[in-house]
Amino acid sequence: MLAHRGERLSSAHHSARPGEPLVSLERVVKEFPVKRGGLFSRSREKVHAVSDVSLEIRRGETLALVGETGCGKSTLAGCVMRLHDLTSGKIVFDGTDITAASHAELQPFRRRMQMVFQNPYGSLNPRRRVGSIIGDPFDIHGLARGAERVTRVHKLMALVGLNPEHYNRFPGDFSGGQRQRIGIARAIALHPDLIVCDEPVSALDVSIRAQILNLLDDLQRELGLTYLFISHDLSVVRHVSNRVAVMYLGRVVEVAPVDDLYEHPRHPYTRALLSAIPVPDPDREAAREHVVLSGDPPSPLDPPSGCRFHPRCPRAEAVCASEAPRLARAPGDAAEHLTACHFPLADHELLATTTVGQRA
Amino acid sequence: MNSATNTMVRSRGPWALAFARLRHDRAALAAGVTLVGVLLLAVLAPVIARLVGHGPGDQFLDVGLSSSGIPIGPNRTFLLGTDSLGRDLLVRIAYGTRVSLLVGVLASALAVLVGTLVGIVAGWYGGLVDRALSRLMDVVLSLPFLVFALALVAVVGPSLTISVTVIAFFTWASVGRVVRAQALSIRELEYVQAARTLGASHARIMFIEILPNVTASVIVYTTLLIPGAIAGEATLSFLGLSVVPPTPSWGNMLADAMAYYRVAWWFVFFPGAALLITTVAFNVLGDSVRDALDPRRETASRGSPEDAA
Amino acid sequence: MIRFLLRRLAWSALVVWVVATTVFVIYFAVPRDVARLIAGRQASEQTIQIVRARLGLDKPMGVQYLSFLRRLAGGDLGESFLTQERVTAIVARDFPVTASLALGSAVLWLVMGVGAGVIAATRRRSATDHAITGIALTFYSMPPFLLGQLLLFFLFFQLYLAGFEFFPPGSYVAFSDSPLQWARFLILPWLSIALVTAATYSRLTRSAMIDVLDEDYIRTARSKGLTERRITYRHALRSSLTPVVTQFGIDLGGLMGGAIVTEVVFGLPGLGREAVQAVATQDLPIIMGIAILSAVLVVAANLAVDLGHALLDPRVRFE
Repeated sequence: MLAHRGERLSSAHHSARPGEPLVSLERVVKEFPVKRGGLFSRSREKVHAVSDVSLEIRRGETLALVGETGCGKSTLAGCVMRLHDLTSGKIVFDGTDITAASHAELQPFRRRMQMVFQNPYGSLNPRRRVGSIIGDPFDIHGLARGAERVTRVHKLMALVGLNPEHYNRFPGDFSGGQRQRIGIARAIALHPDLIVCDEPVSALDVSIRAQILNLLDDLQRELGLTYLFISHDLSVVRHVSNRVAVMYLGRVVEVAPVDDLYEHPRHPYTRALLSAIPVPDPDREAAREHVVLSGDPPSPLDPPSGCRFHPRCPRAEAVCASEAPRLARAPGDAAEHLTACHFPLADHELLATTTVGQRA
Repeated sequence: MNSATNTMVRSRGPWALAFARLRHDRAALAAGVTLVGVLLLAVLAPVIARLVGHGPGDQFLDVGLSSSGIPIGPNRTFLLGTDSLGRDLLVRIAYGTRVSLLVGVLASALAVLVGTLVGIVAGWYGGLVDRALSRLMDVVLSLPFLVFALALVAVVGPSLTISVTVIAFFTWASVGRVVRAQALSIRELEYVQAARTLGASHARIMFIEILPNVTASVIVYTTLLIPGAIAGEATLSFLGLSVVPPTPSWGNMLADAMAYYRVAWWFVFFPGAALLITTVAFNVLGDSVRDALDPRRETASRGSPEDAA
Repeated sequence: MIRFLLRRLAWSALVVWVVATTVFVIYFAVPRDVARLIAGRQASEQTIQIVRARLGLDKPMGVQYLSFLRRLAGGDLGESFLTQERVTAIVARDFPVTASLALGSAVLWLVMGVGAGVIAATRRRSATDHAITGIALTFYSMPPFLLGQLLLFFLFFQLYLAGFEFFPPGSYVAFSDSPLQWARFLILPWLSIALVTAATYSRLTRSAMIDVLDEDYIRTARSKGLTERRITYRHALRSSLTPVVTQFGIDLGGLMGGAIVTEVVFGLPGLGREAVQAVATQDLPIIMGIAILSAVLVVAANLAVDLGHALLDPRVRFE
């Protein structure tokens, strides 16, 4: 449908071409101080949400960020969107360092990166009409008023598969899937370069997920979007992404093109995550390796030393507790496939010492 | 896509739904009708005066007082009786309605305006701003109202303006606290985060995102503040701290009546009834408005005003 | 715990200081001629000058403020313009009256209010519930002075006409002299404050109890076979009382106000009536003294309530 190329030229000039980095995260650290006690007692504890993450998001791709709850992926998304200030590190958006940018300086960048939220019921103001909600970006950045704004919102609604006649309805009148479409319409209103999708389908019925994912896919092609796709659901991720980064307790433990990751996982944690994806065929399912990790993920208040995964890792040795591994190419891997592990798994190696019959 | 929503169900926004609920509440209707009557009484006070031929300040020392100088009871000339100076009680009560409604509505509106503003600012900005404003509200709330009203009037002299100001000053903080609590929880919701990612300014978020979601409680609070303000004004005029005689207000009429209650029951009863009916009607209406805006609440009979949030 | 206490104390001291300063500003910084007020309208210029000098009003504002604070810290509230009597003496004389009035009505309203609320909640939707709620609505819409007048009319005057002089108004008998008489003169004043406030508390208790009675743990208790009475009083009531206690702390401030009007209506010689009369005679030191004293009392009461809260609920200490 309509690509509105006219507007894209009027927004800030972009230098990154397809494949080149659109967003660069360099050694990003984000810590939250934990407030305990009142005026006179200040706790020293900190939540280490993101610890030393370096990543690139390349124009035109879909980079998936996966991990368990609490691994820091949502916080990282918040850092990319500059919802938080960084504790340390650098964020570069299309050649410009936006780490320390003020609210005013960030405004032009706000038009170029947007977010789709997880909760279709919380991400839309229940007391406002959807037309007004979708039209917010135009209002905030002063790009369209009155009748022209209404027209544009109608087009956006059609673009995401909503009936433009529902402009004056309230979010309460729509289903979860439709509300996500509203949220998506709002996100693409100004034709941003980057969209961060924070678990966009996790709260939706399984039957609706495919629709929304297909919509996101169509929009990516039509509007030339770049996605940072955050999810804990690996089966979804495989369908939508070009590259995948796996996070554990604030660090990236493995990053690779999608097929490489699924077929040749090198990090023990990745292997464990993948083994948890059920396979429909019961025979194949029974024949697979199942990795059961012991214990719960430690708290981000007091992460383990060295490799943060070492307390749960069946392959851990002394060096794992003392030295944190860096992201590096494992022997035999493609240049793009990086793993942070002292003893990365080879293809044929089994992680668990238990086989199917002895599964706990 | 779901085409079911295209057809049958007519959508009604949250306000339309609340209004519909209100319309079916009989107590609310009765209260509403009563209040319309009160309003008419206030508006038509001069008309009433003209009709009976007595002004609010006209003293009828001959026909209005008995031979021993005591007020006379309801009769054909003076429908509700007279007061200590032979003035027509009906007319004075009608004019007193103006004072009560004016002060009640104005003071409440002012309190709600200031309270909402402060509450939203405190709730949104958080941190030092919030701490400072919360402390301020705590202090204001803990001050004894009448004592300070007395102190102020002793210096500045009684007047309508003082009445409105004092009542507003002592009530805005309760609105502020409720609004602040709501703003604090709304702040964490995702649609507020969404507004931030869009680049919305603080002012925009406070007034376009947060405010519409606190309006419901604000409205409830206003309708519940008004009867308190009316009662407050009556108390102030009872003590001589509000409008200056000879302007009639229910409070100062009741103050005069104190010396005569043994011999002129109407002098206490009619202004007292006017005051009571008005405040009860506002309270009933306020309760119904609250129930209409929040149907989750258990409502066999009226609940507590403190849960307005 | 000590930290909490210190913080609250510091905060309370701050509030009292703010109040005192505000009072000072209103009375001394506002451009009016206080000396003329004291000296009286007929006084000559010379007299006014003497008065001004004696009261230190010719000194700069800063100096006056400091001496004001100093005297305040020493417990000196000045002298009445009219009678030259020390304000502290006046206050000491009136205080027992107001205290009796305030405390008595507080006890009454707690008992009546919570009691009525519990009854209404346990008999939800019954005729009793509707009756209690309706009565409560009427009472809490009434300002205390109106209720006082009505009580005077019905419970004193009508009874008097019928020959029973049960509750005469107009005087005060100290508790130490005769407890019976003390109560007798105070019952109507107590009721005119208590009934109004009890109405609010009955609504509060009722709604809190209804919420609690719907909770799962109450259903569990019922299914275990506990009697309804035991459930109500031992389990549900305890949890419902929290908002009541909070509200009580807030209402302590309003007590002064209720007392003022009631003293006027019933002619009780307490702080409230004293203050109202002082407004009429423009006797500023008395008003100032009572205003500051009320603030101190309210702050002290709030401190006590906070302390109680902190003792009962450890989470409060960390706010």
